[in-house]
Order: sequence, then C-alpha cells, then structure tokens
Amino acid sequence: MNKRSLVSALRWACVGMTVFLGGCNLEVLSPKGDVGMQEKSLILIATGLMLLVVVPVIFMTLFFAWRYRASNTKATYAPKWSHSTAIEAVVWTIPCIIIAILATITWRTTHDLDPYKPLQAQAKPITVQVVATDWKWVFIYPDYGVASVNELAFPANVPVNFQITSDSVMNAFFIPQLGSQIYAMAGMETKLHLIANEPGSYAGLSSNYSGAGFSDMHFTAIATSQQGFQDWINKAKASQLNLDDQSYHALAQPSEKVPVTYYANVKPGLFDSIIAQYMGDMKMDKIGSEPAQANAIPSHNDHAKAAE
Amino acid sequence: MSTSITANHGVAHGDAHGHEHHDDGSKTLLGFWIYLMSDCLIFSGLFATFAALSHATAGGPSGKELFDLKYVFGETMLLLISSFTFGLAMLNVRAGSRGKVIAWLFVTFLFGAGFVGMEVYEFHHLITVENAGPSHSAFLSAYFTLVGTHGLHVTSGLIWLVAMMHMVGKFGLNDVVQRRLSCLSLFWHFLDLVWICVFSFVYLLGVL
Amino acid sequence: MFGKLSLSAIPFDQPIIMGTGLVVALLGAALLGWLTFTRKWGYLWSEWFTTVDHKRIGIMYGILATVMLLRGFADAIMMRAQQAMAANDAAGFLPPHHYDQIFSAHGVIMIFFVAMPFVVGLMNLVVPLQIGARDVAYPFLNSLSFWLTASGVVLVMLSMFIGDFAATGWLAYPPLSELKFSPSVGVDYYIWALQLSGLGTTLSGINFVVTILKMRTPGMKLMQMPVFTWTALVTNILIVAAFPVLTVALALLAADRYLDMHFFTNELGGNAMLYVNLIWIWGHPEVYILILPCFGVFSEVVATFSGKPLFGYKSMVYATAGIGVLSFIVWLHHFFTMGSGADVNAFFGITTMIISIPTGVKLFNWLFTMYRGRIRFTLPMMWTVAFMVTFTIGGMTGVLMAVPGADFVLHNSLFLIAHFHNVIIGGVLFGLFAAINYWWPKAFGFKLEERWGKASFWCWVVGFYMAFMPLYVLGLMGMTRRMNHYANPAWQPYLIVAAVGAGIIALGIGFMLLQFAVSIRNRAANRDLTGDPWGGRTLEWATSSPAPFYNFAVLPEVEELDQFWADKEHKRAYKQHQHYADIHMPRNTGAGLIMAAFGTVMGFALIWHIWWLAIVGLVGMVGTFVARAYNTDVDYYVPGAEVEKIERARLVPLHKLIENVDPASAGQKVA
Repeated sequence: MNKRSLVSALRWACVGMTVFLGGCNLEVLSPKGDVGMQEKSLILIATGLMLLVVVPVIFMTLFFAWRYRASNTKATYAPKWSHSTAIEAVVWTIPCIIIAILATITWRTTHDLDPYKPLQAQAKPITVQVVATDWKWVFIYPDYGVASVNELAFPANVPVNFQITSDSVMNAFFIPQLGSQIYAMAGMETKLHLIANEPGSYAGLSSNYSGAGFSDMHFTAIATSQQGFQDWINKAKASQLNLDDQSYHALAQPSEKVPVTYYANVKPGLFDSIIAQYMGDMKMDKIGSEPAQANAIPSHNDHAKAAE
Repeated sequence: MSTSITANHGVAHGDAHGHEHHDDGSKTLLGFWIYLMSDCLIFSGLFATFAALSHATAGGPSGKELFDLKYVFGETMLLLISSFTFGLAMLNVRAGSRGKVIAWLFVTFLFGAGFVGMEVYEFHHLITVENAGPSHSAFLSAYFTLVGTHGLHVTSGLIWLVAMMHMVGKFGLNDVVQRRLSCLSLFWHFLDLVWICVFSFVYLLGVL
Repeated sequence: MFGKLSLSAIPFDQPIIMGTGLVVALLGAALLGWLTFTRKWGYLWSEWFTTVDHKRIGIMYGILATVMLLRGFADAIMMRAQQAMAANDAAGFLPPHHYDQIFSAHGVIMIFFVAMPFVVGLMNLVVPLQIGARDVAYPFLNSLSFWLTASGVVLVMLSMFIGDFAATGWLAYPPLSELKFSPSVGVDYYIWALQLSGLGTTLSGINFVVTILKMRTPGMKLMQMPVFTWTALVTNILIVAAFPVLTVALALLAADRYLDMHFFTNELGGNAMLYVNLIWIWGHPEVYILILPCFGVFSEVVATFSGKPLFGYKSMVYATAGIGVLSFIVWLHHFFTMGSGADVNAFFGITTMIISIPTGVKLFNWLFTMYRGRIRFTLPMMWTVAFMVTFTIGGMTGVLMAVPGADFVLHNSLFLIAHFHNVIIGGVLFGLFAAINYWWPKAFGFKLEERWGKASFWCWVVGFYMAFMPLYVLGLMGMTRRMNHYANPAWQPYLIVAAVGAGIIALGIGFMLLQFAVSIRNRAANRDLTGDPWGGRTLEWATSSPAPFYNFAVLPEVEELDQFWADKEHKRAYKQHQHYADIHMPRNTGAGLIMAAFGTVMGFALIWHIWWLAIVGLVGMVGTFVARAYNTDVDYYVPGAEVEKIERARLVPLHKLIENVDPASAGQKVA
C-alpha cells in the first residue's frame, strides 16, 4: 500500500464515519440535563485518555505485522531476543499511569454523580415517586396528590427527586438524555436525582428486561416551564380517575401498551404501602386484594439501606 | 481411579521409568483436597446467604424462638465422637487390622446415623410442631438449606462408609482401599469442621 | 405418572420450532441410519464414547461446541432479523415469548455450550502434551466431565421441542425467574442443564489443577511451563473457585421454585439482589475462565510464527496470575445501577480498571514478540493480529463502562452488548479459531488448508465489525438490550447493517465448515509427517501428529523453557531409543457416559416433576459410580515392543527427512 492510497483510504474512512454517525441523534452524547452533561464529558475524557494507549497499540500491531513479515528480509531479525528490562518497565508503567489518572477521576466522579446525592440548585426540588409494574410506569406526585401512567412531567431547571420501587420484577428507570439510570426493585426504594436544563420531551424507558411486555415499557418525560408544569398538574387534577387501593390493584395487573392516564387524587401513603407489602408480614397482602397492611413491620429488612 | 490396581503391578514394574504413573496416593489426595476446597466454597456461599437473610424473618419466628441449644449440643457431640472413632479406624488401618477397622467404621456409622436421625427429628419438629417450615420466611429457607446441605453431606458420607466397610471386607486393606479410606476420613473431618461453624454461627449466634 | 409432561408440551402451533424440529429429526435419523448402515456403532462406542484418552475427549468437546455454535448462531441471526424488522413497533416475525427464549438461549448456549466446551476441549487436547504427560490425572473423571457437559446440551436442545426454555435472559435474574413470573418449565431446563454441565466443569477444573501440578514431565519446573499451560492452570483454579458459587446460586433458585422457599422472591424476606451478587461472583471470573486460555493460545501462536521466544515470559505469567486474582473482586461492576453507595461503586470500578494493567502488559508483550521477528502469516497468526486490534477496542469500551459515572448511562444498553461481543468474539472466539488452525495437525495428523480458512477469516472479521460497531452507536442512541420491537425509526438503519454483518458472519461459519471438509478430503496432501508442522517450540510438537495414544514413548526431560526448540537446535530432538519400557495406561470405560445418561434422565424428570423417574436417575448415577469403584480392571500395560514398533515407524523415515535440513525449522520446511 503506498502513501497516496493510504491517505485516500483514510479520507474515505472519515467520510464513512461522518455519514455513519451524522444522521443519528446520539441521545447519550447530546444530554439535556446537568447529570447527563457531566456523564457525557466523563465518557469523552475517559475515552480520550484510553485512546492515548489504544491508538499506539493498534498502530504498532499493524506496523509490526507489516514490518516484520517473513518476506521482508531487510528487517532486523533477533531470533533469541525475548527480554528487555527497560521495555518491561515501560509497558508496566504506562498502563499504571493511565489507570492511576482514570482511577482518580473515577473516585471523584463516582461521588459527584452518585444517583442518591441531591442536586445543588436554586429551585426547590420536586418529588416524584416511581413504581414499575408489569409493564408500565406509574408516577405519583406526593406534593400535588396526582398520578400518571407512562407520562412524566416536571419543570425544567428544577431538581427532581425520584423515589423508585417496583411492584413486580426488577426494572431500571432511565431517561437517556437526562443521565443516570437506577434499578427499580420490589420491597425497596432506590433514589435518583435528575434535572433538565431545557424544556423538551425526552424518551424514557425501562433498561432492565422484565418479561413479555418489556419492549413497550417506555414513557415520555416532559420538561416544561413552571407554567407548563402547573398546566400539566391541572390536567391531571381534571381527570375523572382516582388512584386508591382498589384502582391501583387493578392497574398493577399485567398489561401492555397502556395509554397515558392521569389520576386526580392519589391515596396518601400509597407508595410506601406498595413497598411495605413485600416487607415484614407473614401474609402476602397485595394492595387492594384485601385491606392493605397499614403498619407493616418496618425495616430490619430494608434492602435498599443494606445496599448502601 | 484409573490407577487403582497399580499397587499389584508396582512390584513387577517398579523400574526407573515408572515413577510418573505410579500414584502413591498423593495425586488422589491432592485432588480430593481441591474438591473439599470447592465444597467448602459451596458452604461459604450458603453461610453468606444465611448471614444476608438471617434477619429476614418476615414477621415469623426467629432463631432465638426456635433453636434448642441443648438438643443441638447433643447432635454436635455425636458428630464429634464419630470423628474420633473414625480416627481410631484410621489408626487400625496403619496397624493393618481389618476386623478392627470395620468395627470402628461401624461405630462411626452409628454415631453418624444418630446425628442424621436427630437432625431429621429436629426438622420434623420445626415443620409440624412449631409451624416453621422452610417456606415461611427467607430466614427459615436459608436455615433449612444450610443445615440440610450439611445433613445431606453426612448422609452421603454414611453411604460411603457402608461401601468402605464392604470393601475392607472384600479387598482387604490394599493401597486402593487405604487411599479411599484416607479420602473418606478427610471428608468426615471436613464435615465436622463445617458443623462446628454451623453450630457457632447458626445456633449459638442465633440464640444469643 | 408423567408429572407436568403431556403432549401439549410440544409446541405444535409454532411453525419455526416445528420446522426446526423436523429438520433436526430428519438429519438425526439420517445420521443414525448412516452409522447403522456402515456399522460404525461398535467403533464409535469402543473408540470414542468410552474413551478416556484426553485427546479424543478434547476432540469430542470440539465437535459438541461446533454443533452448538450453529444452534447459538441460528438464535443470533433470528434476533438480528427480528430487530432489523421491528421498527415503529412493528411485530416482526417473532412474538415476545419466543424472542425472549431465543436471546436467553443464545447467551446460555454461547457461554456454557460453545465457549466453555471449546476451551475445556482445547485444554484437554493440549495441556498433557505440553507438560509431557501421558494423560490427565483422572482419566475416568475426565470422560465423566465431558458426558455431563453433553447432558446439559441434551437438556437445552430438548427444551426447544418439549416445553420451552427460560425467557429470562441468560442469567435468569429473579424475581423474573421465580415461579410466580415464570411458571413454565423454561427456567427449570435452565437450572438443571447448567447444574449438570457445571458439575462436569468443576470436575474438569479439579482434574486439570492436579494434572498440571502433579504430572509434569521430569525436570519441568512451574516457570518452565508453556504459557498456554500457565493460563490453563490459572483458568482451572478459577473454575474450582467460581463454579461452586454458581452451583449455590442455581440450587437456591431451584429451592425457591421446587420447595416453595424464599431466597429471592419478592415476598417473605427474599432478596433478589443476593442472587445477582452470587451469580456475578461466579460470572465475572467466568469471563476470565474463557479468555485466559485464549491469551495462552495467542502467546504460543505469536512466538511460533514470529520465530522468537515469547517476549517477557515472566511478566506474562505474573499478569495471568494477577488477572486471576483480580477477577474475584470486580463482580459488582455488573450492577453499579443497583444503588450501592458511591464508595462501593468507586471501589469496584477501580479494581476493574486495574485488571486492564496486566491485560495491557500482555498486549505489549505480544507486540514485542512480533518486534524483530520473522512473521509468517499463517491462519493462526492472522487470527492473532485480528484479535490484538479488535480486543484493544473491546478492552477500551470495557474500561469505559468500569467508570460508574459512564456506566450509569451505558448500562444494559446495546453499547454493553457491543462491548462484550467485542471481547468474547474478538478475544475468545478468535483465539479458539487460532487454536483450531494451530493444533489441528496435532489432533488429526494433517494441516487445514488455507484458502477457505482465509475466506472464513475475512468474513468473520468484516462481519464482526459490521454487526457490532452499529450496536455501539445504538447504545449511545439510547437503545437498550433485549427489545422485541421499538418505536424509534432512527435505530432501524443501524440494525439492518448489523443484520447484514451477522449474515457475513454466517458466511464465515460456512466457509470454516467448508475448510474442515475440504481439508479432510485432501488430507493425504496435507499430511504432517514430522509432528512439527509450524516449527514449534513446545513439547506437544516433539511427538508425532496425531500424537500416539500414549503421547510420549519416553517422557521428555526438561531443563529450560521452549525445551523442544533447544532440542532441535542441539540436534537432540527425535531421539530413537534402544529400549522402550512398558507403558501404563488407563482402560476405556463407559461408566462416565452411563452416569451422565442417568443424570440427563434425572434432570429431565426434575424439570417435568416426574419424581419416580428422578429417583431412578439419581440411584442410577450413584449406583454406576459405586459399581465403577468395585471394578479393579481399570488399567493395562502397553508392551515396550509395541511402543518400539510404533516409534520406529515414525522416526526412521523422519530422520531421513530432516537429515539435511536446519533442525530449528525442520518440521515447517518438510511439511
């Protein structure tokens, strides 16, 4: 391969790459929230750091393979050479340095980006309680007394505190453009803190396989203006439906492709009782199937706590 | 296993080149040790599971309410004595007295069977009288599985003991039988050790 | 009488499954008919099914793995086709229940019944030869291990036609895999197939640790073992240390499903996170169980074809051991998103990236083995170069995902899928293909021809990049794994490219099979008369190809690394002895096969709740083992005269062949 063909090959590769990536919306790399932005730059920094070794290694592989091919008798052949303390020192040191830097970054960012850590912001955060069921997402707004299915709304530039659980198998709550995901698990509460930096509709999904209806278990996360959020709450308030033990029980039954639904009133403490039904008592009191156990024995069995 | 009759040929072929395939038993014993280590990891997994679930009584009875330390101490003594009697059997293997070996193995078998019997009764009592079967809580699941797995090991040890008593009678104390007795002896003492852990971590800590 | 089993267990309403079943039945009938017609049954039974010869067991592992590769790949191409079609929430051609079984089966089969048997088979074939042993430590146990693996295969294949397979993903996370959410027999097939084959693998692990520690030829110190044997030693230690944990995890899941216990249920204090922890405490070392022997393969190949000793042998050994130890303290990186605290996540993230240090060192060592070499680009070497490039990329994306902050957005996405295929195909599979081309002559006595092999190579490499690079992009586009259909039309073009890539890989598989067939047909032309077709450095090349059943007529004396190379240089190789002693060998036995057959029966009975049959299976297994213990006729002696005859037949013409050739490259020039 001569130089010219190499250059033109590289040019074509660049064009190909641009076409390949240009047409698409890399959601993870075009974040619309603070958390996602930090994670994006983390990905880019870590990748860049590693490319410092990866590119030379790949280049050396191809170059050595070419240079020392058997037919190239001009190249030096050292049939006994198999040790060099200097080279060994270098090949141990370089990865060590890179990993040391990466480890430092990791330690710092893991603490900064801990999903359990509340976000610093001017605005007062709002709380959303998230329940993964077979196979839809239930969002409860304890401060407003409303709930929704498969649609989530919150004001932009306001931190959102998610409290997450599952009333079925394990799922993962994920809005790619806003950042971190976290598992939803029955009988325990996980936490996630996100913020949207600009209004918009963002795709949300379960990223942990949960059975037959899993593929349709997605939702829209709408970041609005303050006014838009108030309108959304009012829209929910105007709903004919209420979420109490009975209607929740009906909702929690397996179903697929559930349309967006709003609930004007939510029974206070519903979220806690969804968690509590898997903790403590000998009888399996499913919510709504009979009067829910109001004071289930708390938390010597608190897995979420144990996990911390 | 494959080398089990090498002893008979060992004399005829005991020449210089033969060292590599004439197993002096060390190969088998090393392999058995490694097996025991892997078995030990199975128990470690069960102990870890028990530790993780020991408070998950789901409102049901806890160890404190269920365990009868005196009874379990009796079980423990049976197993400890059986280890001692197995030791006596092994001493007689060295001495080469076949009859005594069988006799001590039989005594070991009796104590081992006594242990298993007591455990079966204990489980039966928990399930029927205390109404605390393995399906009542994660804690009970972990308890029954850990203790039951040990019990199953002892039971297989008992079957192995019967086979060995028969083999000592049939083949005498040849190299193969001796090697197998050494393995069984390791197995038996290993189970003793596991039981001491069970007694300390499950019963003693459970009652305290 | 038949538990849950009834005629309705056969999915008559599923045309894809019934069609496949029909084809399998027809092919099976044709094969059985052919075997009967040509009266091969006796030969198969006495020479193969009952063999305790590690080389033949290795070959059988290879055949098993190849067959299962076809099955696993059929699953893969169906998944790719489904996802290429199912944009805009179109249904595609696979309903979720079938699709979910396919991706679960694909993972299970590729890891447990393709990669594992290939790797174990390779160790079987090569390790005893490399350490100058006549067999493994426990030949009967070795046969049992193989047949137990086959039991697992039988159960997984049966699940396709009788009942169904787990629709839970390849690790069967509870609570989804609990009876409440997966009431059918699928998960039970999963549990018992893995328990049986896992038992076989554990026994293999014990067997090989003892073999390597106790049966090295006189003089061979640990630090004189070939690198492949080193990686095999570490791998088998990992097997012994990791597989018991898998046994526990699956046993507890079985207890939940069969005995109404509550280890991992949502209710009554069960804790599914415990299972996730246990399964990954096994699962992460498992990754290294697969890749380490392949690192060993590349080390052998790169040294042989560069015509140089491996650069930095000691570094390589320490790196291997280091990876082995580290592999046990990284498991939590598989679930950073479970909500463990930042300290825990950061700890496991950093331990994970530390593994990349010894791995990086290995890459550099291969590079500097090539440096100032005379590289012959045979197929094994081509696979090695392809590996070095591909694996570097896969390693980079792996370290990226070890950063918890990055994993929070990449976890469970197609980026992850791309990453682990990048390391498993680019590392394990490429390594196995290098190994097949490299050691084929040692196993069968003739070389594989190169033309179809190269066609296969290019299809695999190009197909791999086409199939998996788009998945990295899709991961960054927010597409998660295991989707049956999806709404976002922007994903479809990439999935179509990936499907085409999978098609090209299919060609690669086809060409590889063609390569085998053509080579077998033309074997006379490619015969390896020297036993050393590549100019090898290690002991396996000192004996004939195929190696005689006793491996070495006289056990080689070892004083240094690359002993065979030194022997060739000093014209000591291929020594003909005056006197050959009798050789002590184990007798063939069918006990392993019979025990595994009873094991299969027990597994099947447990799956379908046919309790009496399960007891029959268990008693049969134990009974066969005890009966075997009473059998005293388990070995024999090959008379020295017979050994002499075999050795003469090889060495006399060989000496004529190499008389005037440079000894160091004798084999390669003659062949």
